[in-house]
Amino acid sequence: MDYFNAFWVGGAICALVQILLDKTKLLPGRVMVLLVCSGAVLSAAGIYQPLIDYAGAGASVPLLGFGNILWTGMKKAISEDGLLGLFTGGFTACAAGVSAALIFSYLASLIFRPKMKE
Amino acid sequence: MKYGNILGSSSIAFDQPVYIESSASIVGKKEGEGPLKDKFDMICQDPMFGTDTWEAAESSMQKEAASLAIGKAGLTPRDIRMVFAGDLLAQTVASSFGIAEMGIPFYGLYGACSTMGESLSLGAMAVAAGYGEHILCATSSHFASAEKEFRYPLGYGNQRPLSATWTVTGSGACILGALPPRDEDTPNASPLRKGGGCAVITGVTTGRVVDFGFRDSLNMGGCMAPAACDTIWQNLSDFHRTPSDYDAIVTGDLGLVGQKILLDLLKEKSVDISAVHQDCGLIIFDNETQDTHSGGSGCGCSAAVLASHLLPGVVSGKWNRILFVPTGAMLSKTSYNEGASVPGVAHAVVIEHKEL
Amino acid sequence: MPSKEQLQKQKQYEKYVKEITPTHNLALNMAKAFLTGGLICVLGQWILNTAAGFGADKETAGSWCSLILIFLSVLLTGLNLYPKIGKFGGAGGLVPITGFANSVAASAIEFQSEGQVFGIGCKIFTIAGPVILYGILSSWVLGIIYYILKLLGVAS
Repeated sequence: MDYFNAFWVGGAICALVQILLDKTKLLPGRVMVLLVCSGAVLSAAGIYQPLIDYAGAGASVPLLGFGNILWTGMKKAISEDGLLGLFTGGFTACAAGVSAALIFSYLASLIFRPKMKE
Repeated sequence: MKYGNILGSSSIAFDQPVYIESSASIVGKKEGEGPLKDKFDMICQDPMFGTDTWEAAESSMQKEAASLAIGKAGLTPRDIRMVFAGDLLAQTVASSFGIAEMGIPFYGLYGACSTMGESLSLGAMAVAAGYGEHILCATSSHFASAEKEFRYPLGYGNQRPLSATWTVTGSGACILGALPPRDEDTPNASPLRKGGGCAVITGVTTGRVVDFGFRDSLNMGGCMAPAACDTIWQNLSDFHRTPSDYDAIVTGDLGLVGQKILLDLLKEKSVDISAVHQDCGLIIFDNETQDTHSGGSGCGCSAAVLASHLLPGVVSGKWNRILFVPTGAMLSKTSYNEGASVPGVAHAVVIEHKEL
Repeated sequence: MPSKEQLQKQKQYEKYVKEITPTHNLALNMAKAFLTGGLICVLGQWILNTAAGFGADKETAGSWCSLILIFLSVLLTGLNLYPKIGKFGGAGGLVPITGFANSVAASAIEFQSEGQVFGIGCKIFTIAGPVILYGILSSWVLGIIYYILKLLGVAS
């Protein structure tokens, strides 16, 4: 059941974003920014967490989930460290994802060469 | 000074024809699988052309095309008075680095994808004015270096809209001269000579930068078609010709979308070129099977099609008089990010069959 | 500044070009995005479940899920396979965390020729940088609002 929910919720988010890509002049980079920010806002409004509880990876794997992680981390940091938390929460929360992307990509640049599109 | 050769507001008719002594084309793998596959001088399977970077690959491709053209004319680099060359990279480095090693006096040009028209125009003027006996005109483009320069890294998984064109990996070069190409009986005969038949440039029309305020850089046809329309209309008016005076009017890289716009815009001016219009971007690829969407583009597109397909056609007499109109879209990454529009420019070159 | 008349002409031209420009079939593209995005999320769910099976709590399982998906995406980018997924799936390849990783890896691989510092170092963030900047900024702004509401006793 959890696989089914992950599939259709994750798929539906992507299908909706496809409308944005095809019907507006929004470039992929802007869409990614939009998704992360919306994810943070929706989470702060308390709307996104229930979706994650329902769909699991279907809601956490899309970039909206990245926004959710940022917000959750921010909230936790503020509760623990007060004002200082405002400046530690975001990066602490996304540390694993960002570090992984940077480190793996750096290693990839040592191994792989740019290739032609076909 | 005499100004006997200028026509109308933007054209020149040369009183002595400028001969095209030779032409050469080199393309990449994808272009080498297209409809013109048997006509190119060289098809390179390695997109890096044996170098380490896309930029060096483009340089080496352009240099090879230039060397081939010089060789086919039976000349050596020392015989060339000057070169007009350009490409799409920032500060046109592909040309300056490519041609540098040949030691020929160098003018670097930027006319975006219209550069072949620009270099042929300037080259023909220089020959006609008596400033050079042999002049080299060359341009190139490379899919990967252009993507990197103007769009995304190659490994990025984006979808291209149907209006997008595919930058041709290719280079074309021509030698212009005041004397006809060497004929078949002499050693080093030029392939651009069949009996008494050869190709000459008899006139040019310099294009204006035309801005319709269009901003979609993934729809280059829409950016460039107004400029093509302007230049073609100007050419017909300056030379007092009608479309039927040309056996073919060949634009550079408007693609399917741009072609439709061009025909419509000219119809608004009561000019119908639909019977004679062709587009290099639609000649070089088969859009249906090669997934190139609107067609091919880039300086290399019009240059390679000219060198491999159009010039031999004029020499053989298949076409008696053609109008070659490469089209360019003027933008940089900065201008685009700052929200500027993407104006177009197109330069027209009249190429005719001549019997000696 | 262009005149009013010119602006109207520009709008007209834009509208005309839009009319004659062919577009992808939206329904088909959405279906492809649905399938691609859905499958990536199912893979993510499998990682979550497997991690939970090893006794990881929800947060740890989520981190492992991101890590592994990012690793796979970088690997597929290096092998020139992710562009094909992106081309087929559109938003389906872009929206999941794998799309983010793809943009980082593609930039790193492409710009290695421009050197360690000014090539890879700067340009690794070409596409992904804005995501990190605006993600951090928006969560910071939301955090301030939350902090104030908390002081006022509105939020807990």
